[in-house]
Amino acid sequence: MEVRVANVRKEFDRFPALHDVSLDIKSGELIALLGPSGSGKTTLLRLIAGLERPTKGAIFFGDEDASQKSIQERNVGFVFQHYALFRHMTVADNIGFGLKVRHGPSRPPTQEIRRRASELLDLVQLSGLEKRYPAQLSGGQRQRVALARAMAIEPKVLLLDEPFGALDAQVRRELRRWLRDIHDATGHTTVFVTHDQEEALELADRVVVMSQGRIEQVGSADEIYDTPNSPFVYGFIGESSSLPVKVDNGDIWLADRPIGLSAAHAPSGEAMLYFRPHDVELVDGCSGCIAGTVAASRRVAGTRRVELEIGGERQRVEIELPVDHPAAQKSRVAFRPRRWKLFPAA
Amino acid sequence: MADPEIKSYEPHHESQSAAVTESRPVRAVLMAVAFAFLGVFLLLPLIVVFNEALAKGVGAYTEALSSPDTRSAIRLTLLVAAISVPLNIVFGISAAWAIAKFEFKGKAFLTTLIDLPFSVSPVISGLVYVLLFGAQGLLGGWLKAHGIVILFAVPGIVLATVFVTFPFVARELIPLMQEQGNGDEEAALSLGANGWQTFWYVTLPNVKWGLLYGVLLCNARAMGEFGAVSVVSGHIRGLTNTMPLHVEILYNEYNAVGAFAVASLLAGLALVTLVLKTLLEMRYGAEIAATRGH
Repeated sequence: MEVRVANVRKEFDRFPALHDVSLDIKSGELIALLGPSGSGKTTLLRLIAGLERPTKGAIFFGDEDASQKSIQERNVGFVFQHYALFRHMTVADNIGFGLKVRHGPSRPPTQEIRRRASELLDLVQLSGLEKRYPAQLSGGQRQRVALARAMAIEPKVLLLDEPFGALDAQVRRELRRWLRDIHDATGHTTVFVTHDQEEALELADRVVVMSQGRIEQVGSADEIYDTPNSPFVYGFIGESSSLPVKVDNGDIWLADRPIGLSAAHAPSGEAMLYFRPHDVELVDGCSGCIAGTVAASRRVAGTRRVELEIGGERQRVEIELPVDHPAAQKSRVAFRPRRWKLFPAA
Repeated sequence: MADPEIKSYEPHHESQSAAVTESRPVRAVLMAVAFAFLGVFLLLPLIVVFNEALAKGVGAYTEALSSPDTRSAIRLTLLVAAISVPLNIVFGISAAWAIAKFEFKGKAFLTTLIDLPFSVSPVISGLVYVLLFGAQGLLGGWLKAHGIVILFAVPGIVLATVFVTFPFVARELIPLMQEQGNGDEEAALSLGANGWQTFWYVTLPNVKWGLLYGVLLCNARAMGEFGAVSVVSGHIRGLTNTMPLHVEILYNEYNAVGAFAVASLLAGLALVTLVLKTLLEMRYGAEIAATRGH
């Protein structure tokens, strides 16, 4: 099912949580809403679900305007961060709940409900746990049951709110792969909210980066990581370093010297230069480069993170060097970003 | 006593946390005071009640309980409890639901209001009904004209009882529901359940032990209430006397066996309530979030 969010605004007590947000979600897509807390990602998810009503704008499921429909009528599968399993019901009863509460002919017979529950338990790899209660399951198992319960109603869209947020790192990684497999097997249109960029980039077909109630960028993991379209995305996704620079006739200057980069189409004047700490080339001697004094140096996994003090303004930037690189021992390092981007000075 | 060796080891004693700094004699004195207090003020009266009730033998005890006035008092007490407890359940669940699950203006006011019967003397609440429904009261004339009798009759007793007991269920459920939040209800709605199904299959089972606990306390109070009921009942023997009122009347008539026999029933009710309450707390302590004293 295609989902279209059209110019949606949401206010809570006159405080805007979302400003004029539009988003097209393709049928069968696995899409991540990524942002820091307070960015409006959960609000957007709850609006799609029908747990909140938009202040302005509309949400379409296919060609149908869903925004005036209640959550029951929308037929969405919602998975909550803290599972929200019914603690007094067995796993099988939890999964069958959505079918049991149906009325009239759409309600399957009890036998059929039980069969569907076991089928879904097989799918989420928890066969044989039908009779357990939620309290007798681990966090990861509970989240699988919650997903099975949401899928039992054959939802048009599957919505997951920080599905792995309450789990430890090991289980998170496992479940991430598992969710991708389930999605590929069932083909549900799936939207999930996360504040973990690794999770979003690894799992989703497309990532929606949000900040302060707005969508900053929508794109594949590669697009988002390699061509961030705003300083926020640069800073939020992956590591980034920035320096205040000046553009003069297409040449980029740091304080009183050119750094050997040219931006032909950038307007002259103040700007901010963004680059990835690991995406730099080291140069000997400095004619057209950025040079700095090593202020601190840390070992981070397989690389060495070096903090440089640049120029008279004492700007600090971070770059990454191979552990065995001779420059890691020096007190002065000169480099040039390989891939970079200019943004207007804030 | 002040052996330095023992003293220095004491904090490491298995069952004592390091935060216990009082010496052993001090702890013993504190515990003795607590037990003595409970013994004198709670246990002793209880023994006296049963002792007095059975002072002239089991025959006199059962005879006292089978007198028509006593039977009518027991019947009335059961009737009042049977009406006011269900009313309380309905009110308690609605109030708790509204306060715990919605945001609305006047919520803090409503919460304060629910506690009012705890802070007002029961006699006052009785008097309010007299002022409202009495012959000279605000609605007295209108009621009389329409032949409706509230004061010095069962409706007045029920009203007074409902007033003094209405915090019990609500106060038990509000913290419980607030702690549980809306997650389970939202999950049920997202799965297609309607409001009633959500309440019946999800909300109610989530609070059932807290609810039972509240009902138990509410029932004990409904049956034992004296002050408010005394003001509105009129003490008509065989008609508007509840058990607590009947105890007083019998006692004032120097009918010690009769008074204590009825009192023993109330004391028995209190004991049963206490045992059930303890059992509930032992088994479902975590689910009965509210442990504030009543």
